Amino acid sequence: MTAEAPVKTKPLVDVKGLRKLFPISRGLFRAPTDFVHAVDGIDFEIAPGESLGLVGESGCGKSTTGRMLVKLLDPTEGQIKFSDGDYEKDVARVGRSEIKDFRSRVQMIFQDPYESMNPRRTVFDTVSEPLAVQGVGTVPEREERVLELLHLVGLTPAENFLFRYPHELSGGQRQRVAIARALVMNPRFVVADEPTSMLDVSIRISIMELMTDLAERLGVSYLYITHDLAVARYMCDRIAVMYLGKMVEVGPTEDVLANPRHPYTRALLSAVPVPDPSIKRTPVEIKGGISKAINPAPECRFIERCPFAAEVCRENPHPEMFEVGDQHFAACYRINEI
Amino acid sequence: MTLSLENLQTRRIDPDKPLLEVDDLVMHYKIKIGEVSAVDNVTFTIHQGEAVGLVGESGCGKTSTALSLLRLLPANAEYISGQIRLNGEDLLRLDEEEMRERRWKDIAMVFQGAMNSWNPVYRVGDQIREVLDTHYRGEMDIDEQDRHIASLFSAVGLPPEMADRYPHEFSGGMRQRAVIAMALACSPELIIADEPTTALDVIVQDQILKELKRIQAELGMSILYISHDIAVIAEVTDSLGVMYAGKLVEYGPTAVVFARPRHPYAYLLLRSTPSITGPRRKLAPLEGEPPDLVHPPTGCRFHPRCPFATEKCVAEEPPLEEIAEGHRVACWHYDQVPELDMELVR
Amino acid sequence: MATKETMPGLEVEEVEVLDSEAEATAVLEELTGGHDVRAEPLWRIRLRLFRRSFAKNWGLFKESKMGLVGLAIIILFGLMAVAHPILMSTVWDPAIYDPVSGYDAVFNEYTIVEDGAVTDPTAEISLSDAKFELNPNVDVGEVVRIPVQPAPPTLGGEEGHAHLLGTDPQGRDIFSQLLYGARAAFLLGFVAAFTTVFIATTVGSVAAYYGGKLDGFLMRTADLILLMPLLPLLIVLSAAIQINMVMLGIMIGILGGFGGDAIILKSQALSIKVKAYIDAARVAGGGDGHIIFRHIVPNVVPLSLLYMMFGVTTAIALEATLSFLGLLNIQMSWGIMINTASTQGYLLSGTSYWWLLFPAGLAVSFLAFGFFVVGRGMDEVINPRLRAR
Repeated sequence: MTAEAPVKTKPLVDVKGLRKLFPISRGLFRAPTDFVHAVDGIDFEIAPGESLGLVGESGCGKSTTGRMLVKLLDPTEGQIKFSDGDYEKDVARVGRSEIKDFRSRVQMIFQDPYESMNPRRTVFDTVSEPLAVQGVGTVPEREERVLELLHLVGLTPAENFLFRYPHELSGGQRQRVAIARALVMNPRFVVADEPTSMLDVSIRISIMELMTDLAERLGVSYLYITHDLAVARYMCDRIAVMYLGKMVEVGPTEDVLANPRHPYTRALLSAVPVPDPSIKRTPVEIKGGISKAINPAPECRFIERCPFAAEVCRENPHPEMFEVGDQHFAACYRINEI
Repeated sequence: MTLSLENLQTRRIDPDKPLLEVDDLVMHYKIKIGEVSAVDNVTFTIHQGEAVGLVGESGCGKTSTALSLLRLLPANAEYISGQIRLNGEDLLRLDEEEMRERRWKDIAMVFQGAMNSWNPVYRVGDQIREVLDTHYRGEMDIDEQDRHIASLFSAVGLPPEMADRYPHEFSGGMRQRAVIAMALACSPELIIADEPTTALDVIVQDQILKELKRIQAELGMSILYISHDIAVIAEVTDSLGVMYAGKLVEYGPTAVVFARPRHPYAYLLLRSTPSITGPRRKLAPLEGEPPDLVHPPTGCRFHPRCPFATEKCVAEEPPLEEIAEGHRVACWHYDQVPELDMELVR
Repeated sequence: MATKETMPGLEVEEVEVLDSEAEATAVLEELTGGHDVRAEPLWRIRLRLFRRSFAKNWGLFKESKMGLVGLAIIILFGLMAVAHPILMSTVWDPAIYDPVSGYDAVFNEYTIVEDGAVTDPTAEISLSDAKFELNPNVDVGEVVRIPVQPAPPTLGGEEGHAHLLGTDPQGRDIFSQLLYGARAAFLLGFVAAFTTVFIATTVGSVAAYYGGKLDGFLMRTADLILLMPLLPLLIVLSAAIQINMVMLGIMIGILGGFGGDAIILKSQALSIKVKAYIDAARVAGGGDGHIIFRHIVPNVVPLSLLYMMFGVTTAIALEATLSFLGLLNIQMSWGIMINTASTQGYLLSGTSYWWLLFPAGLAVSFLAFGFFVVGRGMDEVINPRLRAR
């Protein structure tokens, strides 16, 4: 986000009241009465060129959110507005005829590089898949484009990789291929779902660097989903913390890390081990583990584990986001007392 | 027979007395295309009451080393040389029956993903009882067993009545606690914890690591932690060994190694680990890929990826040399490895 | 620099547009490290990749010795099937060697003796038998020539034709029938197998991919077919319609493919469906057809081929059974050969008329065995867990 921009630029992605409920099946002939509230009313924006980190523990709804943004899942409620210049669409209402156009603008990088490539298809098949299914270019043109992309993601000499199968690549190389596939259509927005969590430390850094570098060069925005706050620190301009389907805190990365306001963010941060034995962490204040939000009560989602829970939290519905700093919001009634 | 955790609490610990000494261990896996040199000349000592960590990337031989200690290697593995001495007794010379005796009583193991290894059709308490039945046949009656299981559960922070529940009624973190309770069942002197928290979320990981640390201190046990996560190792260990391509490349007190790693690999590993505390350091990527262990590189196995490598590194293998009290490094150029700088980003 | 149209939506950075061929070549060389990959057409690269993966899989298959034995058996029978039409058009006289309409009698010389005085049944015949079989005018002491059907194997010679495995009760050459039967067995086996693979793969993949009501419908149908007793069903069908070899193959294929195999392949397809590369294909813009036929089916086909091998085994054995029962409208097959021996009363004759039963019976067993062990060998290629370390 540039400082001199006089008016607020139109966000690339604008999410409002997004919800996704998964029914718990009760058998063939009975209507489900219980729902997992995987994502339960979240709002956020991503500016063009910005990267937003979505962090939280497993089951908090971060992956579900990501999958709704790329239309792998349809939301139960709410809207996801995607604007790219003149192109403006509500993701949930992209019709059959418009889907290919949408797919060329919004892409995804998956977590497991061992599962995100079909073992029977070569690197060329994998990277050129978006071109092939959308009928872009002739075969030699696609080949040239794939070579270009492989070069771009650092798989050089590119023609040595073109006709390799996934099992002939290392984990880091596979993830580079996955990045090439995501970028082959020149998208504006990429959802990256834990793209480095399966990789070894030394390889992780080069993939992170590659992704940051490409984002800058190609003007791509990421929604970077991760459970690892340390990775998010290096990848994202802003961080949004999710807990049981709700967003509990969002703000500029360094601000959230240095000055967390929501009790959950504080617990999460103090639980992260530090690679320096001379630093002693502050003890984690909360108890228990995350469970599933099945037909949750209306009050604050975090109330049972919260060390600061008070009357106000019990008597009111789940708190709205309160502004706690510049661009920094937290959903807690007791921000000022903590 | 009175087996109880109280007995353990009075176990005398002499921190200078070695509990487990691994001496020049060499282990290969035979595969179709040759032999994988999985563990090569690994030497380290775990003292009584000490927490030692082995850290390294996947395929570096840390899990193979752990399995070697318990002699739980797959059939195609072969010990080439070396000794593994537990209280002075070479485990590699024991027959299978004697080794089985040692396995739960003296050394217990918390496996990677062990929390998913509970048999879903038996109560958790009964699965621990099975271990007691095997190792203390006829020495404990049911009431003693129940009391012991209850004390194990409270030792790992689980309500004792949970012993009557089935595994699916436990959350991931609780299951891992129960795994630790089972490892404690025969009050071993050493627990090998192979990636004990890898599949867990940070908050639960924090709880489990704290529990392990507390148990270790209270019961005077030694723990060998195996992990790819150097942040975890930094927090829970007294000493650590860094492994690369089957070799132990650096070993020393955790605080010393983290303050000034001397092996280029250890240095780069630390430089490439992001942290949420402190200023935002620039991360250094480690170029290249780990080597093929069927045909490991000549000389120092790290030389193809090492920024300090010279011709000597290609030709000669550096020995694991003691450069300071208890701090050993296998590198010809350890004195060239700079201090961890604090170069900031942006 | 001139302007040039680039592919829509494909600008990475500024696309450098070059105005000379030489400049373009230089850039390409820089890009590809000097190799012009496009000098080789894509199909040739694919062929090379296919050959490479075939060589790798063959290497794995080769390790299964039983698989190689099975393959040798199949090739042997394949050669027999190919040999038949060649022999018929070159060395064999159709009038004698045609497996269905050929006829050749081997004559034996018998001395007519008094009733009850027959001591050597291969050279003597009693007077009453001779009168009955030849004419009433013969008398004791005469030497007569009587055709022998079925005749034992003979190498032929000056007087007669060679019948390596003898003739059947109707004077037809057994060896010729055996070779012809191999053709029939292969025809049946492959028709059945391809139908099985086609139906099982399609039904399994579609059911797994779409799930829901379609899955429910297809799988309940599969259960129904699985529960249907195959043999009685075919008996009833053969009474209603004339079943020939191709129809039989298709029927076995439908019943096998839509039954158990579809259920097995669906579970395989389900494990593919949840892989991240299916999501990746969808994000790439791939529709249902693309995902099913480019991602799911190729990963299901190897397993499908395995069941195809077992399907051939079933089909060959089933044909023999149905022909033996005389339910098929086909002229010659191994099953018909056994059926002929049976209806003429030679089934229980023990080993004295071995050439009527053993060649056909062993052929059925061996070929079925061959396909089965090839299937097991393929199982080791497809299923890495079975591989010996």
